[in-house]
Amino acid sequence: MSEHRALNRRVVTLPFMLLGVLFLIALYYLGVRFVNGMGFVTNLNGGYAWGLWVVYDIVIGTALACGGYALAVVVYVANKGKYHPLMRPALLASLLGYGLGGLGAFIDMGRYWQFYNILLPWHMNFNAVMLEVGLCVAAYILVLLIEFAPVALEKFGNTNLRQKLNKVLFFFIALGVLLPTMHQSSLGSMLIAMGHKVHPLWQTLYLQPLLAVLTAFTMGFAVVVFEASLSSVGFGRPSETPLLSGLGKAIVGLIAVYLLFRFGEVVVQGKLGLLFAGDLGSLMFLLESALFIYPMVVLMSPGARSNSRLLLWSAVSMLFAGSLYRLNAFLLTYNPGPGYSYFPSVPEIMVTLGLVALEVMVFLYVVKRFPVLHGEKRA
Amino acid sequence: MKRRDFLKASISGAATLCSGGALARPNLEPAPNAVGMLYDSTLCVGCKACVSKCKEVNGMPAVIEGDWYSWDSARDLSSDTLNVIKVYREGEAEVKDRVENGFAFEKRSCMHCVDPGCISVCPVTALRKDAINGIVTYHADACIGCRTCMTGCPYNVPQFDYDNPFGEIHKCQMCNQAGVERINKGQITGCAEACPTGATLFGTREALLQEARRRMSLKPGEIYSYPRGDVSKPHSLYEKPAPEYQQHIWGEKEAGGTNVLHISAIPFDKLGMPPLRERSYASISETVQHTIYNYMALPAVVLGGLTYVVRRNINDDEGDKS
Amino acid sequence: MAENDFDFSGLEKRLGVSRRTFLKFCTGVAASLGLSSNAAMAMAKAVADPKRRPPVIWLHGQECTGPTEALLRCEQPTLEHLLLDLISLDYHQTLDTGAGHQVEEIKKRSMQENKGKYLLVIEGAIPVKDNGIYCKIAGETMLHLTHEAAEHAAAIVAYGSCASWGGVQAAAPNPTGAKGAPQVLEGKTVVTIPGCPPNPANFIGTVLYFVTYGKLPPIDELGRPKWAYGRLIHENCYRRPHFDAGRFATEFGDKGHREGWCLYKMGCKGPETYNNCPSLEFNNLGGGVWPVGVGHPCFGCSEGGVGFNKPMFALADVKTHTPPNMFPPIEDRQQSSGVTAGAAALVGVAVGAALGASAMVTKKLGEQEKQQD
Repeated sequence: MSEHRALNRRVVTLPFMLLGVLFLIALYYLGVRFVNGMGFVTNLNGGYAWGLWVVYDIVIGTALACGGYALAVVVYVANKGKYHPLMRPALLASLLGYGLGGLGAFIDMGRYWQFYNILLPWHMNFNAVMLEVGLCVAAYILVLLIEFAPVALEKFGNTNLRQKLNKVLFFFIALGVLLPTMHQSSLGSMLIAMGHKVHPLWQTLYLQPLLAVLTAFTMGFAVVVFEASLSSVGFGRPSETPLLSGLGKAIVGLIAVYLLFRFGEVVVQGKLGLLFAGDLGSLMFLLESALFIYPMVVLMSPGARSNSRLLLWSAVSMLFAGSLYRLNAFLLTYNPGPGYSYFPSVPEIMVTLGLVALEVMVFLYVVKRFPVLHGEKRA
Repeated sequence: MKRRDFLKASISGAATLCSGGALARPNLEPAPNAVGMLYDSTLCVGCKACVSKCKEVNGMPAVIEGDWYSWDSARDLSSDTLNVIKVYREGEAEVKDRVENGFAFEKRSCMHCVDPGCISVCPVTALRKDAINGIVTYHADACIGCRTCMTGCPYNVPQFDYDNPFGEIHKCQMCNQAGVERINKGQITGCAEACPTGATLFGTREALLQEARRRMSLKPGEIYSYPRGDVSKPHSLYEKPAPEYQQHIWGEKEAGGTNVLHISAIPFDKLGMPPLRERSYASISETVQHTIYNYMALPAVVLGGLTYVVRRNINDDEGDKS
Repeated sequence: MAENDFDFSGLEKRLGVSRRTFLKFCTGVAASLGLSSNAAMAMAKAVADPKRRPPVIWLHGQECTGPTEALLRCEQPTLEHLLLDLISLDYHQTLDTGAGHQVEEIKKRSMQENKGKYLLVIEGAIPVKDNGIYCKIAGETMLHLTHEAAEHAAAIVAYGSCASWGGVQAAAPNPTGAKGAPQVLEGKTVVTIPGCPPNPANFIGTVLYFVTYGKLPPIDELGRPKWAYGRLIHENCYRRPHFDAGRFATEFGDKGHREGWCLYKMGCKGPETYNNCPSLEFNNLGGGVWPVGVGHPCFGCSEGGVGFNKPMFALADVKTHTPPNMFPPIEDRQQSSGVTAGAAALVGVAVGAALGASAMVTKKLGEQEKQQD
């Protein structure tokens, strides 16, 4: 019936318990955050209103969760059906990543008990990028749930509902492609209104949405490669390398387009000098660009594309590149004015680590109990 | 091939986006009866009467740091301080209003932008601009605490009360917030009323701009008279030799202009003012947003195309898939 | 010579003060002058030595005799004795017991006998309009008398605001062309002790310095002894914390006024007036006896161009030399956070773990590939 199978292994292993400890620590600090206030846990201040929680959990976290999105475009839009076996784990990772983003947003929301205001039409500000992001991410989480629903239905054997769902699933798949395009680009657009506080090398104004969506794409592909490699090793499953090497080609093209726009903007706007300023901004830009260029150069050769190790390192490089791009724009080179500084506090970091641990724990549980990973060895 | 169509649509969408096109939103215009304040750094003596009056009007406690218990030691804007006097100090700091070995005072409070970034970015309209007097107010009942306003404000004015589990955003509302409403009652702002030297002057944006331009045109050293408190009250005139002003009225044009104007004898970047262009970032942001999401037309078209393509591709797969 | 070696018995008889009281006084004056206790001893010896009494010629011009009156009311123990015995006051129109031609004779004789040795004190403004006819003493104009007495004076002290820069007489429209001694005696060093009335402590301290060291104390460009007029009233005012905290009285009798807040908004000229009133108070009386101490804004009596020139309730120019330390600099921020070692280590561990895991996986991938091959 389905080529997907649950792994059916023990869930509570030593790594699982270690992750659990991390999550418990996070729970403690979250308790402090909700009882005393954010100031007792975070290092946020008047200049840095957004810290690790927003920038990692939401901005980077959702981009890392773009595997489902990137793969959906490949499988359903570009009609490369052979990648279908990678779809379910990617969807699961996306669902968890976005879930984490939603949870992160709620935790970081100063007046969380009024969060529903964003859903009330008379409160909505249609000029605000944040509204688009908020609504779109919420909608996408629902869409991901629906897209992933067949897995649960399969497990519990509800074939009737599953067939009905399958008939309309195409619409949700389409939505699942549209929505991330919208909010991933909007996450970039959010930088526009921050104006001068965003370092000129990252403040690209009209190009913000395009660059954001392109890097989200690269991160999506990278995460698919990363995850497939990890699960093939971690669960001792057959290698996906032949399948992944095909994605490598797409990755090269994507990065090339991205770099074209990225450097084009820098040249056209006359910001080349900033590249060699020798300050944090220029160093970060160069590091970030190197991390983008490395996978592009490596994956250009077909030989490297079929080498699982090079493929993995390219993916890791891309993940760091995309994450660094966001981290730089929102935090590292973000400068609200003289005198402000920010570095996440230990509790802040522990909360983020705990949430990531939760994400991994749920992922482990689901792949072991639900038919997520595909069963047969690829031809 | 449909994929081709899809790509074509995407590219044309991106093209509209990049051109800005017909949907470009220009800077907003000042409210018809915009009220504001004129802060003249050269008149300020740093007495902090405005800081103390502001706390009184807003019922905020003094910020106590270290052993300085006898006065408010607020260092910057915070959830307990909506207005603060800061000092620029260089070298020996001997002479007021001089860049080298000099010092100058600067007032930090909400600038009440004509095209406010905070309002543009707030997803739930918790920040609103009064249509008539242009005052930017905050409404906690709408606010979700996402703090995007803080990132969208070029001056870092809105301050979230992090140390309160039920905190809210705090910012100057020109003494016109619900429960205070000094402006609606025909009074002037607390800080302008308290200012002994006339460094903080209340009035309509128009009148204040005129007053600022008059001061720009003074010859340094010439005796000029200036009002205290309310710019429209000519009986409160004081005299002083004119300082050597920078020929720059901060807030006339910066990012679409502000209702609170600043003038000074030393350059504004030294006083911590951000590097702003005339076009507001809010207007650029909204131009981009409205270009993409105009009547949701582009997303709807893309969704239609995607639905068609996905459906066809799924059906293609039906044959070899379960 | 140690203190004990000096014989104060003569002094005790002559001045009618105990040695203890006398030394206390000298130490006090030396302290006000910013001098050491050694200087106090030197001062005591100089004062106690009858031979060193300098002759003094004291002229009065346009004035209210306030400076002399203030001096007479010195509450220091028997200070008037001290003063009258410490100097040889040969001519003083208010205090002389003699009158008419007799005193004028004494003055002329003293000036001739003590050529180049006498101390000239000028009290009151000097009118210069119409050759100074608006103020005459014994048939001579004050202008003439001033020039005459100044010619062979060892030192000249202008006592009071009128003598220092014209005072109230010189206020607009100044019908008599009143001027202060330094303006009339151009080219000569004139020590000015402005104030309306001037603080006798500032006068006595300066004169004692002169008696002790035979020269005048360091003075500023307006001739004011730096020890007394080196700082703005605002700098040492005990209401200053209220200024820095933005707490102002706005009218007499309001809450702020009753609570002793800063009087700046009521026109206090402390921020532009140089004097030592807040630290010495008037006439060394103590108990807050000076204008700001009793709740009245300083009107700048000792500052030329302020007292009698600026309206009583007009705002002062704040002549702050340096902004107070508690003013936050532009880049000072409430609660800005730095990197802590723990946080940095955590970030390092997290990034390291991600990279390490990738490296592990790579290794295993390699092994897998080998197996497949």
